[in-house]
Amino acid sequence: MADPEIKSYAPHHESQSAAVTEGRPAKAVLMIVAFAFLGIFLLLPLIVVFNEAFAKGLDAYTEALASPDTRSAIRLTLLVAAISVPLNIVFGISAAWAIAKFEFKGKAFLTTLIDLPFSVSPVISGLVYVLLFGAQGLFGAWLKAHGIVILFAVPGIVLATVFVTFPFVARELIPLMQEQGNGDEEAALSLGANGWQAFWYVTLPNVKWGLLYGVLLCNARAMGEFGAVSVVSGHIRGLTNTMPLHVEILYNEYNAAAAFAVASLLAGLALVTLVLKTLLEMRYGAELAATRGH
Amino acid sequence: MEVRVANVRKEFERFPALHDVSLDIKSGELIALLGPSGSGKTTLLRLIAGLERPTKGKIFFGEEDASQKSIQERNVGFVFQHYALFRHMTVADNVGFGLKVRHGPTRPSAQEIRRRASELLDLVQLSGLEKRYPAQLSGGQRQRVALARAMAIEPRVLLLDEPFGALDAQVRRELRRWLRDIHDATGHTTVFVTHDQEEALELADRVVVMSQGSIEQVGTADEIYDTPNSPFVYGFIGESSSIPVKVEDGQVWIADRPIGLSAPQAPQGEATLFFRPHDVDLVDECNGCIAGTVAASRRVAGTRRVELEIGGDRQRVEIELPVDHPAAQKSRVVFRPRRWKLFPAA
Repeated sequence: MADPEIKSYAPHHESQSAAVTEGRPAKAVLMIVAFAFLGIFLLLPLIVVFNEAFAKGLDAYTEALASPDTRSAIRLTLLVAAISVPLNIVFGISAAWAIAKFEFKGKAFLTTLIDLPFSVSPVISGLVYVLLFGAQGLFGAWLKAHGIVILFAVPGIVLATVFVTFPFVARELIPLMQEQGNGDEEAALSLGANGWQAFWYVTLPNVKWGLLYGVLLCNARAMGEFGAVSVVSGHIRGLTNTMPLHVEILYNEYNAAAAFAVASLLAGLALVTLVLKTLLEMRYGAELAATRGH
Repeated sequence: MEVRVANVRKEFERFPALHDVSLDIKSGELIALLGPSGSGKTTLLRLIAGLERPTKGKIFFGEEDASQKSIQERNVGFVFQHYALFRHMTVADNVGFGLKVRHGPTRPSAQEIRRRASELLDLVQLSGLEKRYPAQLSGGQRQRVALARAMAIEPRVLLLDEPFGALDAQVRRELRRWLRDIHDATGHTTVFVTHDQEEALELADRVVVMSQGSIEQVGTADEIYDTPNSPFVYGFIGESSSIPVKVEDGQVWIADRPIGLSAPQAPQGEATLFFRPHDVDLVDECNGCIAGTVAASRRVAGTRRVELEIGGDRQRVEIELPVDHPAAQKSRVVFRPRRWKLFPAA
C-alpha cells in the first residue's frame, strides 16, 4: 500500500552503466564457474539417480516400486504429508495473522520461535520427541499407562514432520501480510462484513499466491524429511518407514536398484515442486508488481 | 444524521491522542477536520467511524449512543486514505461488496447488486469501467470507486480520510468540486480529514481546526479566516505576521514607541500582535506606526513580499506590497496593520 504515485519497476538490465559491466572474459569465466558448479553438484546427481534407477531395466524398476514395503512407505509418506501440511496451513495463517495484524507482547519472541526449526538440526528435533514421549521420557510413563503410542509409530512421525515444516507457510505469509497492513480488512468491516467474511473475501485472496508457494515448499519438505523422522520412526518395515527412510534401508542392503527407484520418485517430486514453484513465482511476481503501488 | 461527539478522550498506550473533544455536526453538513499531522484529526474520524473506541466520552448518532457499537453496526461509509480497494475484485464487485456481505432478507439479489453498483458508478462518472481491476485505474478513478463503494451501503454518515491526499494538484482541484456536487446531490452528512487548508476552506460548510489533540476553533471559512480565536489558528490558517508588543494605557507599544493602534479592552502587559501581511496600510509620515528596514524582498506571483527588520532587536516581519508600489524600492518602509489582533503573551 505504498503511495499510489510511486510505481515499482523491475530493474532494467540493459540500461546498466558501463562502469559496473564486466569485460567479456570475466563474464565468461563467471558463467562457466556457475554452470559447472550447478552441473556437478545438482544436475549430475539427479541424472545419476535416474540412471541407477533404470540400470536393471524397466521391469526391475516397476518391481521395486510394487513391493509391499515400498508401497507401504509411499502410503505413509503421503499420509504424513496429508496431515502435516493442513496443520501447518492453519498454524501458518494464524501465526502470520497474529504477527502481522496485531501488536502484542512477545511478538518478537514468537517470530524468532517460528524460525527455530530452520536453525536446529532435524536430528535434535527428533530427539526432543524421544525425550518427551519415549519410554524413559517426560510423558513416557503416563502415555504407557493410557495405552497411547506416539514414538516409533505414525503420530511421532507426524509430530516430527510438523515440527520441521512449520516455518514454511508462516514465513511466506508474515512479510506479505505485514506489507498489506490492515487497510483492506478495515474497509471490509466498515462495509458491514463480519470477521469471517473479511478473512474469506479479502485477506485470503490477498495472500493466496504466497500461501500456495508456502504450501508447496512445506509439502516438499514434509515428504522429503529424513533426520527428525529417522529418530522417531524406529524403521519398522511396512509400518513406520517413510520413503526417505526406505531408500536408506534398501541402500544399506546393497539393493541399489530398488533404492534408486524409490529415490527417483522423491527426485521426481522435487522436480515437480521446482516447476510449480517457478510457475508460481512468475504468476505471483506479476501479481505483486500489479498490486503494489495501489 | 446528526453526529455529536461529547467530551471524548482517546489514549493509545496511555499516550493521549485526543483530550476532551466535543463537536456537534448537523445533519447534511459537510465538515472538514483540519490540522497539522499529529493533531488528532484522523483519530477523531476513526472514533466517529467506530474503527477506534473512545477511552472516555461518548459519540451519538442522532439520539442514539453509538460509542459502544461496532463499525458494522454504525453503518458509516468510510473512504480510506489509500482507498483500500480490494485488488482482486473488479470495480463492480468492489462497489457491491457491502451489499454482498449482508445476511438474510436484507441482502439484495446478485442482479440487484449489479444494478445498484452500476447506478453508483454512474453517479461517480465511471460507467463502463465495471469490469476493470483497481490496478488498471488512475488515482482519481480509484478515489471515485472508493466513494461509490462507501455510498453503496446507504451510510448514515460519510467519512473521508485525506480524500485527495494522494492525488496530484490538478486532479485534486477537480475532485474537490466534484465531491461538493455529490454532497449537494445526495445530502449525506459528511466529515473529511485534511491537512490542506485551501481544501478545507473551499469545500466545507464548517471547518474544525485541530491542534495537539484538541479542537482550536470551529466555524465557517469566513469566521476561521477573519476572526481566528487563538495564535495557533492565526498562524496556521493563511499567511500571518506576528510581533511581540506591550499594552499600556489602552495603546499598543513596540519597545518605547506607540504604534498608533488602540486596544482599550486588552489587558496590560506583554502581548503578541498578529496581522495578515497583505492587510496593511503604507503611510508616509511615522506618527504612530511601525517602521522597518528592508532586509529582503521577493516577488511572489502578483505581489512583492518584503521582510522588514523592526526596532532595536531587529525583529523580522513580513508584509506584502503591490508590485509597482514605490515603497518597494526604498530601504525603509513605514506601515500600520489595517486589521489585527492581540493575544496576551503566554
